Amino acid sequence: MKKILYLSLIIFFKLNIAHGLIEVDITRGNLDPLPIAVSPLYVDTQSENYEGINIKELGELVSSVIEKNFLSTGLFNPLNKDAFVQKPDVAHLKPRFEDWRLITAQALVTGKLLIKDGKLKVEFRLWDLAASQEMVALAFTTTPSNWRRVAHIISDKIYERLTGETGYFDTRIIYVSETGLKTQRVKRLAIMDQDGANTKYLTLGNELVLTPRFNPTNQLVTYMSYFRNLPRVYLLDIETGIQEVVGNFPGMTFAPRFSPDGKKIIMSFAKEGNSDIYTMDLETRLVEKITEDSSIDTSPSFSPDGKYICFNSDRSGLQQIYTMKSDGTNVKRISFGNGIYGTPVWSPRGDLIAFTKMRAGKFYIGVMRTDGTGERLLTENYYQEAPSWSPNGRLLVFYRETKSGKDGLGFTAKLWSIDITGYNERELKTETDASDPSWSSLLSK
Amino acid sequence: MTKSLIYSLSFHAVMILLTVLSLPFMIREPVDLPPIVSMQLIQISDKTNIPYAPKARKVIEKVKKEEEKRFVSEQAPPAAKAKEKPDRIPLPKKQDKKKELVKKKQNPKEVKPEIRQASEFEKKDIIDTNQIAALIDKAKEDSAKVKKSDNKLTQSNAKNSFAKGLTLSEEDALRAQIFGCWTVPLGLPYEDDLLVRIKLELKQDGTIRKSEILDHERMNRPGQKFYKVLAESALRAVRICQPLRVPQTGYDKWKIIQLNFNPMEMLKG
Repeated sequence: MKKILYLSLIIFFKLNIAHGLIEVDITRGNLDPLPIAVSPLYVDTQSENYEGINIKELGELVSSVIEKNFLSTGLFNPLNKDAFVQKPDVAHLKPRFEDWRLITAQALVTGKLLIKDGKLKVEFRLWDLAASQEMVALAFTTTPSNWRRVAHIISDKIYERLTGETGYFDTRIIYVSETGLKTQRVKRLAIMDQDGANTKYLTLGNELVLTPRFNPTNQLVTYMSYFRNLPRVYLLDIETGIQEVVGNFPGMTFAPRFSPDGKKIIMSFAKEGNSDIYTMDLETRLVEKITEDSSIDTSPSFSPDGKYICFNSDRSGLQQIYTMKSDGTNVKRISFGNGIYGTPVWSPRGDLIAFTKMRAGKFYIGVMRTDGTGERLLTENYYQEAPSWSPNGRLLVFYRETKSGKDGLGFTAKLWSIDITGYNERELKTETDASDPSWSSLLSK
Repeated sequence: MTKSLIYSLSFHAVMILLTVLSLPFMIREPVDLPPIVSMQLIQISDKTNIPYAPKARKVIEKVKKEEEKRFVSEQAPPAAKAKEKPDRIPLPKKQDKKKELVKKKQNPKEVKPEIRQASEFEKKDIIDTNQIAALIDKAKEDSAKVKKSDNKLTQSNAKNSFAKGLTLSEEDALRAQIFGCWTVPLGLPYEDDLLVRIKLELKQDGTIRKSEILDHERMNRPGQKFYKVLAESALRAVRICQPLRVPQTGYDKWKIIQLNFNPMEMLKG
């Protein structure tokens, strides 16, 4: 009997050990950007010439735009093309995965383009080199002059596939272009691609323009301008260039923004010496008062679902950030830190509010959750403000000014972007000095 | 009768007194026991398998060499030193001879190798070289931190080390190898609970025979893009890393292994 018991015990333990699964927890990795090889796109030999485009170089140009986009994210490390081991046409058919792995690449982008009958056809493939398999493959057809947009769209697709987030490369930024001495600034509305290319000036600079904002379809821009020293709100159609005056608001204290459905604009202006928040229906032109307080309420911004509004108010003494329902009820103060808070903007994801903070003579750009918790200051400088979200809620663009001398010399205003982690702070190159940026949503949805 | 009783009592009293005075435990105060410290046995192989970072290895070797040199110059008698070629570093055998010489000259009989205290040289030899490496090399520092955190042995860790067949150092070696290969997707949201479990079937040389993401169906669910990205990055890491650093023996124990990838701690900083 005892022997049987011993035997069964031994068998039990043996079995237990044999079927035991080793588990190893991996909680750390390297935070280096993902090494990615962007092969020049192969230009099909059947391609026809197209006016204004050097077809032979087009494959190289498209891949360099993609590379620059990736580099600007801080999440990818595009590898040097000199190390590439396969010709673009062969790599696009079937890469030799082992060879590409040798240059430490983890992902590979290949592609092919063809111009025929006045149309540009671009196809690309993204390869997972470790798994030796294709991750995504797409083709686009457009007019050849649109090749930069195709490069941005490809970048977006790859970014989305590798990070899980929607991209932000096929977007534009509208801003106020500034030239001249600080005391005699000429300000014009300007628009450019997010990478600084294709800059266009939308106004002549005769009037002072401020705070342009895109509508949700990116077709219209609302901005504030001073006409005979009176603030006016304008609507500008980017494609047609037609401007329209929305209204005269003598006591305007902050520029308008669109509601998420694009049907209303929200702004703040002073009536009888008291600044409050108002909305205007763009169809009926009816103005509705949202806040009713003796304090100064300014800089309103809708949440992406349109149900809430965040704004500034000094009702507690110092200027702080508040949220409320879109009908003006349920007002809650959400910022409680030391200093003054301004320019709150609701993230397109809906999870964060970006703001400018002033404390001890310094300006900060920061983010906090919509209930005011988790405040994080991302960047500090002499003067910086007006954050605007990238469409995926991952980056902020803002402007930063430098001190000027007594004669107005040495003053600069530049656009900067920063990741919400506080990393990857970089200047966005503009042709002139720039302020008041606003990031469009994705052009290709 | 009374007299004999008195004698007997006084005799017994004397005996008791003598006993109390002569037996030490009767007068000593009770020993103050230190608080109980709980201990857990951790199975560690004789030599860790984690290689030092190249930079750290050089520094450690340099430190060791310097110590050896110092030992020779301090302990060797002048005559023996004179015989040495100045440029050469003494070979281990020669070093032993010198040791003997030193012993003879100083006090050969009294020094018992079994009970003597560790010399300063030996003490330095005991230095945890892992710590030196960790101070020098960032990557090593990271793994050292992980080791620290591993000191708080969870039940699962303990289970891994004992019942499952990998020693702690073998597990650390494997973990350190994968740390280096895993490029964590930096765009992941901080607050999502993302854990990817990968089951691997390994060959004897550590290469992968079969890999399987355990929650594979989650990858294709709507709204699980981040999970998919993380799972792919984890799988990529494992493939890049192969052959995995596995023990040379006990194949049956580690033939099937599960890796749990969780980047949240790192992303939150």
